[in-house]
Amino acid sequence: MKMRALKLKRDWIHGWLLLLPALVFLFAFTHIPAITTLINSFFSTPRGRRSAKFIGLENYDRMVNDPVFWKVLWNNLWFAIGTIPASVGLAIVMALWVNEKLMGRGFVRMAYFTPTVLPLIAVANIWLFFYTPGFGLFDQITGFLFGWPASNYLGNPDTALNAIIVVTVWKEAGFFMIFYLAALQAIPVSLKEAAQIEGAGRWTIFWRITFPLLMPTTLFVCVNAVINSFRLVDHIFILTDGGPDNASALLLFYIYEVAFRFWETAYGATLTVALLALLSLLAIGQFFFFDRKVHYK
Amino acid sequence: MTGTSEMFDRLLNTCAAWALALIWVLPLAYAVWTAFHPAAYEARFELFAPLTLENFSKAWNAAPFARYFLNTFILVTMILAGQFFLCTLAAFAFARFEFPGRNILFALVLLQLLVMPDILMVENYKTMRLLNLVDTIPAIALPYIASGFGIFLLRQTFMTIPKELDEAARIEGASFLGVLWKVYIPLAKPTYLAYGLVSVSHHWNNFLWPLIVTNSVETRPVTVGLSIFSAIDSGIEWSVINAATLMTSGPLLIAFLLFQRQFVQSFMRAGIK
Amino acid sequence: MLKSTFLKAVAATALSFSTWASAQAVDLQFYFPVAVGGKAAETIQELTNGYIAQNPGVNIDAVYAGSYQDTVAKAITASRGGNPPQLSVILSVDMFTLIDEDLIIPFDDYLTTDEDKKWVEGFYPAFMENSQTGGKTYGIPFQRSTPVLYWNKEAFKEAGLDPDVAPETWDEMVDFGKKLTKRDASGNVTQWGVRIPSSGFPYWLFQGLAIENGAILANADGNKTNFDDPKVVEALQFLVDLSTKNEVMAPGIIEWGATPKAFFEGQTAMMWTSTGNLTNVRSNAPFDFGVAMLPAKETRGAPTGGGNFYLFKGASDEQSKAAVEFVKWITAPEQAAKWTIATGYVAPRAETWDTETMKAYTAEFAPALVARDQLEFAKAELSTYQNQRVTGLFNDALASAITGKKDPATALKEAQEQADKILAEYR
Repeated sequence: MKMRALKLKRDWIHGWLLLLPALVFLFAFTHIPAITTLINSFFSTPRGRRSAKFIGLENYDRMVNDPVFWKVLWNNLWFAIGTIPASVGLAIVMALWVNEKLMGRGFVRMAYFTPTVLPLIAVANIWLFFYTPGFGLFDQITGFLFGWPASNYLGNPDTALNAIIVVTVWKEAGFFMIFYLAALQAIPVSLKEAAQIEGAGRWTIFWRITFPLLMPTTLFVCVNAVINSFRLVDHIFILTDGGPDNASALLLFYIYEVAFRFWETAYGATLTVALLALLSLLAIGQFFFFDRKVHYK
Repeated sequence: MTGTSEMFDRLLNTCAAWALALIWVLPLAYAVWTAFHPAAYEARFELFAPLTLENFSKAWNAAPFARYFLNTFILVTMILAGQFFLCTLAAFAFARFEFPGRNILFALVLLQLLVMPDILMVENYKTMRLLNLVDTIPAIALPYIASGFGIFLLRQTFMTIPKELDEAARIEGASFLGVLWKVYIPLAKPTYLAYGLVSVSHHWNNFLWPLIVTNSVETRPVTVGLSIFSAIDSGIEWSVINAATLMTSGPLLIAFLLFQRQFVQSFMRAGIK
Repeated sequence: MLKSTFLKAVAATALSFSTWASAQAVDLQFYFPVAVGGKAAETIQELTNGYIAQNPGVNIDAVYAGSYQDTVAKAITASRGGNPPQLSVILSVDMFTLIDEDLIIPFDDYLTTDEDKKWVEGFYPAFMENSQTGGKTYGIPFQRSTPVLYWNKEAFKEAGLDPDVAPETWDEMVDFGKKLTKRDASGNVTQWGVRIPSSGFPYWLFQGLAIENGAILANADGNKTNFDDPKVVEALQFLVDLSTKNEVMAPGIIEWGATPKAFFEGQTAMMWTSTGNLTNVRSNAPFDFGVAMLPAKETRGAPTGGGNFYLFKGASDEQSKAAVEFVKWITAPEQAAKWTIATGYVAPRAETWDTETMKAYTAEFAPALVARDQLEFAKAELSTYQNQRVTGLFNDALASAITGKKDPATALKEAQEQADKILAEYR
């Protein structure tokens, strides 16, 4: 009894000691700044000689009445719906292909993975060329094949966000593929063979055996995809700068704009709090969902 | 009968896989095309267009890329070493120790998965100023080295390691750090490799925070060096940008080409599933 | 023997003196943005090094800080962190923002002699409009530009137009544009008449139209905008009509960065863009081209653009003095000529154009003079307090009209209402 208590105590101390270095950094660069951000959201933006003063919920009131905030939130929702299923679905398909004996598998695998190693800031310029009306690659192709007139994907509010989504899916799918590929290779071949002997087709094997076994990976990848849908904004700077009329601006991009272009740091902090709240909700939800499914299965 | 349909099926799959691969590699192919041809061929794809290396020399002269390379290399190494050290200890604590506050602390760690240092740029800059670290490579690295993703990943791996191995080592008299060193770390090698790949490619390509916190050639990473080409007043020179992109991403691309099988296997063995 | 000892002594004294001098050296940190490709950053470094070599008492750390946007972000972040540069080149339109943030000091305290005052007057008045407010000089023009019209002479010839005559008026631009717009058999346009880019910062080129129509977008105090002025609405209607009614320009938002390439590729016969593109067009256009002032409506007109030098707060008196000396030197004729030729920016002082270097350059490349001559009609670039936010609203309004989501009058009226709300506290 006493031994057990002693061991427990020692466990406590060891656990805390092991955590200490990481926690120091986490608190210094994430949690404490996040809290100061929250505090700043209740103050006005200090400008020159006017220092910040406490204004209660005024910033939040402004946020609720800010049409651009609701627009970018809505855009972000579409962005998430547009990127998450597409990139995860493509990742599975890519992994299945690359996992088979395919002609030129090495090349195909490399091709799928290239977006991961190219910096988004540079690659955005390439996509800008692809989307350019008239002499851009897409217009050259559609013009040559179907005689379509010049398009303006980035300069039209109805298509700008979709164009951004395509680049994001391209960037993400190959990265997620690696996770699926690893998971696929860990599935015992005997399972598949047994099913084949029983006369199951490829489709059945996928839905009945492979896909359920990939479930933990899918959850993990989905967590990442959700986070990325709030995080990947580098290419927006180059492709549309949020335009036309905020049609392709996302929440984080708007925060950057408010805080580092308009220099309204207090309102930026308020928007950050909204983003943090949203992400925390997702995180907590997913943590419980995820951990239960994966580790206590 | 089944033989032909299976053949047909396979052919269809191969074609589709190749088609997708060609689309995926298109931006890279375009980068290669423009980088090796004069600017006049940026939008003209003629088989016999003259080849040139001028874009590379233009890009190379526009910024001290050799130095930027070194900076990026130091940065990535520093981040990776810090991450491995801190995340290993923390993950071990979460995986194998019972202590009060564990779940709350783990939730706090997971929060960092979402709250990127980029969001907290102003606050973090103030901190760096306080530590007198502005315009140093450590200033770029510090916010990232306690990585929630790394801790999470290693914890998952450590939890899959059978407790019996742990207990056996303890019976032989190893301390808890000895157990970590002799049992957990060797068994988690694939996770380290997989995580290392993710971390290196992420920080090699990171842009916003380094831009804010660095001021000089001696500290700036390649991505910030690349931004010299996103000129506003003049038009975009795709040929030079792409030459620079190839130069800066080259090492990473080649590393992946050489080691891609190992990477995938490490992901597999890392048990990220 | 004696002589050599003497020389040695002199050398030793000189050496110790120079080490003493460098020990006493004034250290300056100077941020600069790069907004044109090619040799801009290199030229600034070169000029700075030249100055340091001539002035051993001053040490200048020239920091390339990225784009204009990056540079102002960096300067403000660094100042808030207590580590401001002593000198920086930042957009002239950021003046009110920098004053509002209490980050800059006027040059006047360091320009006290009559000679100094004359020096300030030596800059083109169009550039000084964005550099002075409340009777004080906060900015010294450096990398300044203005938009001009570039035209493809071969396309003009093909369309039966005189290749050496650019459109003088809006109506002419539309007429020429109609002749220049080419369609293929299936009715798809292969060459547009004109291209006025509208991505990112559409307000700038639009301002050219507004000024030509006799409108001023904001007052000199930076606290009142005139977005809903009927003349502004009319100008916006004209811009929208270019692609809808007259069909001489591609519809939708037109990308700024791809515009020179579109010109080179023959996608458009005329383009409006910055003089910062002169060097680029000159070296890459595969055809003969011309450069002209923007066409007139009520008057000729164009906005100015680009960056000024600003002195930052927090520097010692000595540092600010040294910074002012450096600014005087780098804007002096020889240096400015070098800078103009390397980048295509408009030399901000008249005397620069009289140097032999510049004369030789303009003799060989006459289009460089167009920008200078246009300065006579140029007005301040749109700039107010909370500038980025106010121009942001205006940009959104322009974009919604250009993409047909709102009609010009409504879009501009809404923008004006929002701008009024923001600027009320500065009146």
